[in-house]
Amino acid sequence: MTRETAELPRLLALVPYLLARPGVPFAEAAAVFGVSVERLRKDLDLLWVCGLPGHGPGDLIDIAFEGDTITLFEPAGVTRPLRLTSDEALALVVALRALAETPGLEERDALDRALVKVEGVAGAAAEAAKRVEVAVEGEERVLPVVEQALREGRRLHLRYHVPGRDETTERDVDPLRLALVDGRPYLEAWCRRAEGVRTFRLDRVAAVEVLDLPAEPPPGLPERDLSQGLFQPSPTDELVVLALRPGAHWVADHYPAEQVDDAGDGTLVVRLRTPDTGWVCRLALRLGDSATVLAPEGLATAVRAQARRALEAYAGS
Amino acid sequence: MSAKKTERLLNLVICLLATRRFLTVQQIRQAVPGYDGGSEEAFRRMFERDKEELRELGVPLETGTDARAHDDEVGYRIARGDYELPEVVLEPDEAAALGLAARLWQSAPLAGATGSALLKLQAAGIDVQPVSGALEPRVAASEPAFAPCLAAARDAQPVRFLYRTSYRPEPEERRVEPWGVVSWHGRWYLVGHDAVRGASRVFRLSRVVGDVVPDGPAGTVVVPEGVQLRAMVADLAGEPVRQTAVVRVRPGTCWALRAEATATLPDPAGAGWDALELGFADPERLADRVTGFGADAVVVSPPEARDAVVRRLQAAAAHEEGVPA
Repeated sequence: MTRETAELPRLLALVPYLLARPGVPFAEAAAVFGVSVERLRKDLDLLWVCGLPGHGPGDLIDIAFEGDTITLFEPAGVTRPLRLTSDEALALVVALRALAETPGLEERDALDRALVKVEGVAGAAAEAAKRVEVAVEGEERVLPVVEQALREGRRLHLRYHVPGRDETTERDVDPLRLALVDGRPYLEAWCRRAEGVRTFRLDRVAAVEVLDLPAEPPPGLPERDLSQGLFQPSPTDELVVLALRPGAHWVADHYPAEQVDDAGDGTLVVRLRTPDTGWVCRLALRLGDSATVLAPEGLATAVRAQARRALEAYAGS
Repeated sequence: MSAKKTERLLNLVICLLATRRFLTVQQIRQAVPGYDGGSEEAFRRMFERDKEELRELGVPLETGTDARAHDDEVGYRIARGDYELPEVVLEPDEAAALGLAARLWQSAPLAGATGSALLKLQAAGIDVQPVSGALEPRVAASEPAFAPCLAAARDAQPVRFLYRTSYRPEPEERRVEPWGVVSWHGRWYLVGHDAVRGASRVFRLSRVVGDVVPDGPAGTVVVPEGVQLRAMVADLAGEPVRQTAVVRVRPGTCWALRAEATATLPDPAGAGWDALELGFADPERLADRVTGFGADAVVVSPPEARDAVVRRLQAAAAHEEGVPA
């Protein structure tokens, strides 16, 4: 945790934290509270002069330092942390519940038990958690197999459908992690066929098998930061420009656009980057007269050609 | 917050936790360093602000009068049982599960609330760390309307806001009694009663334009018994099946359509092709699903679904180069 909490809540938690952990190292306590060791020393200086009314030597919070460690002897009555606020209870309860209800997740049992305990501790503060729901789609067929391979450090064989090209592929992958993003499970893995890190949506896995081989992803792969979303277009990807009329404005919301301009006549001009334009071609066919591909020219030509071929199929049937 | 003020507030909490009797403001003034000095009026103002600040942090200040007091002046104390986090012990796998869940929230305000909740649990002696592992849960809430809608649902407070829809050029004002917020496929929705339309509605938060403002006092929204928030959002996303379409698909293609088909039969009209039966309600929604497959998927029946696809293909074939139609 790196977030710095406001001072008073931090101090009210710090006293019982130190009381529960005699001899905790400075660095460890500072890391838990998300502050520098220097800041922690200032906190301790402040605690030192606080205490029970009278504020005589026996009334004050008493702390001893030995080497790099802290021991709190006298908490002046602050023996337990403050109860959870309704936002704190809501954040934990909703998160635990969302994961506990995800079909196929092997941690469900432990999540369920933790949920019951946190709800018990939160008491009435957990009421507000009923007002928030996070739906995470599970996957009972593939997800347990992926978790097993991750746990055992083994390679997987996948039959995977690539929707953009409408192909089914066969490949061996070394699993890196399972990500639940946008309410869906994805496998991030080193793909031995593509020799790169690839992300696989589990509901597009047609078949999965744990191989009797250890997973051997290349060492030192950088961990992708998923906080900006799963799909992070690269600046070297092809630039696609689409003109969207009102019926297709949802596209600007739905796909990660680099730029959206309002052309003023009810048309939005969307610029996005993608390594594979196959899906854009399918999208353009689907959108019919509510969207036009402005660039690249090759894609616009391909859309027209595909539409004509499809019309021939209709004419002949 | 200055160190002086933090010190004063901490001493105030310690003092009110230690007392069993209700303490009058004068007794508090004498007992807590930092209140001495200055005028009576300045002290009263300072104490009022301090009380407010403690209440905002969730410190349960109790007011009452002491039976033994000479007059009935109101005093203060903190009931230890209301203040303290109850005892709890988590098994190692439960603590790990909590650490996993704690990584779910990616954005304010819930990421911050998770952090301060974990601090309290750690202060209760539980070893729980939000460490990254092989499972990475992520829920973002980047919509600006998220925080105010969450607060409104939590506080049962009606709100109003401007809302953009695909069928009207200008955003319209909505007045909503919020029942809850739901994350569905990575998007946040507000579910509630639309006061103008007199019916329950689901709003996508990314379509809210500008500020979400209170439209009545907190605590006034009554959530109907047995309301299924998630199901209401799912109903909006899905469609009830009312008809069956027959779609011919080329061998080895249209995986997504095959996965949705209620039946797959060899197509009598074409060698190697399959005929899929697909449930649908609205021909345009069926065209949404089928048209992208181009010549690999051909709707055989019903005619209105076939026409919907053909119209879109004709439009796509007719677009001039670089000029919007």
